[in-house]
Amino acid sequence: MKIIVAGAEKEYADGLSVEDLIEAEKVETPQYVTVTVNDSFLPNTERTSRILQDGDVVEFLYFMGGGAADR
Amino acid sequence: MAFTNEQLERYSRHIILKEIGPKGQKKLMQARVLIIGAGGLGAPAALYLAAAGVGTIGIADADVVDLSNLQRQVIHSTADIGRPKVESARDSMLAINPEIDVHTYYEYITSENISGIIRDYDFILDGTDNFPAKFLINDACVLEEKPFSHAGIIRFEGQLMTYVPGEGPCYRCVFKEPPPKDLVPTCREAGVIGAVAGVIGCLQAMEAVKYITGAGDLLTGRLLTYDALKMQFRTIRLPRDSHCAVCSGERTIHAPFDYELPSCDLKNR
Ligand SMILES: [Zn+2]
Repeated sequence: MKIIVAGAEKEYADGLSVEDLIEAEKVETPQYVTVTVNDSFLPNTERTSRILQDGDVVEFLYFMGGGAADR
Repeated sequence: MAFTNEQLERYSRHIILKEIGPKGQKKLMQARVLIIGAGGLGAPAALYLAAAGVGTIGIADADVVDLSNLQRQVIHSTADIGRPKVESARDSMLAINPEIDVHTYYEYITSENISGIIRDYDFILDGTDNFPAKFLINDACVLEEKPFSHAGIIRFEGQLMTYVPGEGPCYRCVFKEPPPKDLVPTCREAGVIGAVAGVIGCLQAMEAVKYITGAGDLLTGRLLTYDALKMQFRTIRLPRDSHCAVCSGERTIHAPFDYELPSCDLKNR
């Protein structure tokens, strides 16, 4: 199946869970990454149970600091 | 209020734009924008907003200028090392545009003072580098119903989103809680390219200008990400969290609060 991961089309075997995808894509500090599937937030507790389907769009949202040390 | 000849000339490139025009320029001149953090993001944003003629600019930062800041914090100069950043920033802004008013807040923004400060402004820019401050700014802006621009930068990357009351998700819709200290690297630990701060800080200034003048579409409900190595911009749709602790009907946060600061952070100041 084809899924869109962070804007890029990727080929993966059927039956892939979001948790499997996180591993395959080597997402850093995954417990602090927000995942959306088809523009909806995926609760962290559903990463193993959510099986991706052909055409699904997955985004990883990362914490980013930067700017000025305010304190 | 009519423009003076000098104002007509100073702002001529704005006034000629159909999306801004004389009306938009007057809105900018009457607008009040608060920039929290006079660092990598706040520096370019403050310079462009001052140049644009934003009538009142508040700038908050409790730090002094350090040599290691100058690689990206272009509002400060070598001669400013050791001076409060807010003073150096004010001088640079007024040197570009003496017509504007600059208010400085040489203090840490905390749950105690934030609401009183942001209340005086139309739009807020988050140019801070740490997550407790970012969550504090988000919560206070949501509770005070103030629009703000959130941004972050690290290494060769940056991202930003805009919150407008009632129009889309807040920062806490996307990220529930600050990450534990040391699990997500800061610029001090990981580095950042100065021009990335410039790109993202300018985009924050752009959002402020668009909010004030009503031009175009804001980054509400969207996260814009910038990858300088791939030279790619992307926008990612952001839904609202109907269970958000601060902006939803299920609100559990009713007043701004401070997350605890690890002592190592204070030592490094
Ligand atoms: Zn929210």
